[in-house]
Amino acid sequence: MREKILAHIEKNSKIDMAELALVLNMPEADIMNELEAMEQENIICGYPTLINWDKVGVEKVTALIEVRVTPQRGMGFDVVAERIYNYPEVDSVYLISGGFDLMVTLEGRTIREVSSFISDKLSPMDTVLSTKTNFILKKYKDHGVVMAGPHRDEREMIC
Amino acid sequence: MRDPLSKTIKTIQPSGIRKFFDIVSEMEDAISLGVGEPDFDTPWRVRDEAIYSLEKGRTFYTSNAGLKELKVEIANYLDRRYDLHYDYKSEMLITVGGSEAIDIALRAMLDPGDEVLIPQPSYVSYLPCTVLANGTPVVINLKEENQFRLTPEELEAAITDKTKILIMPFPNNPTGAVMEREDLEKIADVVKKHDLYVLSDEIYSELTYLEQHVSIASLPGMKERTVLINGFSKSHAMTGWRLGYACAPEAIIQQMLKIHQFAIMCAPTTSQYAAVEAIKNCDEDVAMMREQYDARRRYLLKRFREMGLQCFEPFGAFYIFPSIKEFGMTSDEFATRLLKEQKVAVVPGTAFGDCGEGFLRISYAYSLENLRTALDRIQIFVDELRAEQGK
Repeated sequence: MREKILAHIEKNSKIDMAELALVLNMPEADIMNELEAMEQENIICGYPTLINWDKVGVEKVTALIEVRVTPQRGMGFDVVAERIYNYPEVDSVYLISGGFDLMVTLEGRTIREVSSFISDKLSPMDTVLSTKTNFILKKYKDHGVVMAGPHRDEREMIC
Repeated sequence: MRDPLSKTIKTIQPSGIRKFFDIVSEMEDAISLGVGEPDFDTPWRVRDEAIYSLEKGRTFYTSNAGLKELKVEIANYLDRRYDLHYDYKSEMLITVGGSEAIDIALRAMLDPGDEVLIPQPSYVSYLPCTVLANGTPVVINLKEENQFRLTPEELEAAITDKTKILIMPFPNNPTGAVMEREDLEKIADVVKKHDLYVLSDEIYSELTYLEQHVSIASLPGMKERTVLINGFSKSHAMTGWRLGYACAPEAIIQQMLKIHQFAIMCAPTTSQYAAVEAIKNCDEDVAMMREQYDARRRYLLKRFREMGLQCFEPFGAFYIFPSIKEFGMTSDEFATRLLKEQKVAVVPGTAFGDCGEGFLRISYAYSLENLRTALDRIQIFVDELRAEQGK
């Protein structure tokens, strides 16, 4: 039941509760209780909104930074990761398998703002060995949503 | 000048749905609940496969009966889903949609004067195709009190010594009615007793919400007297690809193949390659669409019942068929006023047979959001109508 609720609100956290109750064919009150429980258990960690900032005309730069670090004895990567994710300008931090260790995403108003974070804060950290910064040029699809939006209904009434 | 037209074709009326669309297309912010095809896009993997087949230059005719690979997959699918066992070589034909299969099956089986039993309300093509095949259509009027299912009594009452074919349009467009196993068993008994053939149009077989669809061809002694018609339009949201199929005893398929060969050649090649992917790898997409339709179905039913409109619960296809008899208006009048006053387009039940009078066909091949807006408007219309009539 939880899995089904989560699958739906993951796609649309604003879904109308009466509607979700119909879709899942279960009482609205039960869903509300489950949602509240999952919020308290930190299964549901937040309800951010997906925004196409390009359309607002607000300049934003997003960087994907590949970071190589030295893991620390007894702590692995967690301490380094925490030092990085505590910066409010950092959007996400993932531990990655492959050629580097942490993937850090960062949003800033300008390239200068992003690069100064990297040169002033991130790179100088003792445990950081190297960084490689990739700037996002265009977002086509994010969180399963195509940024261009849905296409028009072109169906016709035939027989 | 001589009349260029055949007398037969002039007796056939055009489909009644078009008229409403012409009004809708000229009206700003009108909402249509009139369309009879899925709102989902064909799964991307299917479209990608079609593109790939074009890149590979697979642009020739296929064999008349269709791609072997596709027929093999259809045979597997019918076996795993509906317990039907057809030989892909001799008992199957790939057609241009289910519609072509209906047409050529009737043409292959009818002689002048043969009667075809057509339960109505139902899809608009059975009757004209029967007439064009020189058959005589005999309509059976299905009743709401039977949930628009065909009863053995209704069937018995319509049979004469000229009756040859019974059309079985279930799950049904426009009512959403389904026939369950025990309903079908009773019909099968009558069919066998009177030595009839069945043309079973099961194009909505993947869209049932009560229990899994049962094909009449899977009942004992029925495979040899059934032409099974199905396709990809509704199950895989592939209407525009025009791809269906017919399964029947070899003797019937052989004759259908002749008509198909001379009139059509073969079903579209690109669509056939796409369909192989659809039938092999898209069960999850089909299930996802079914789940969404089901949610919408329950939503509409709830809204209509809250409105106090009589509405039987449909368990198939993507239509709901509420009654508007309490207003004493014809379906056409109701639909026309609803469109003009609240800008919602629905199809009058009469487009699917005279016994559709007093009903509307509402399609739920629309997003819930769309349905909500449309239903809010219908609610206003119904309230105003009741106030106007002093109820």
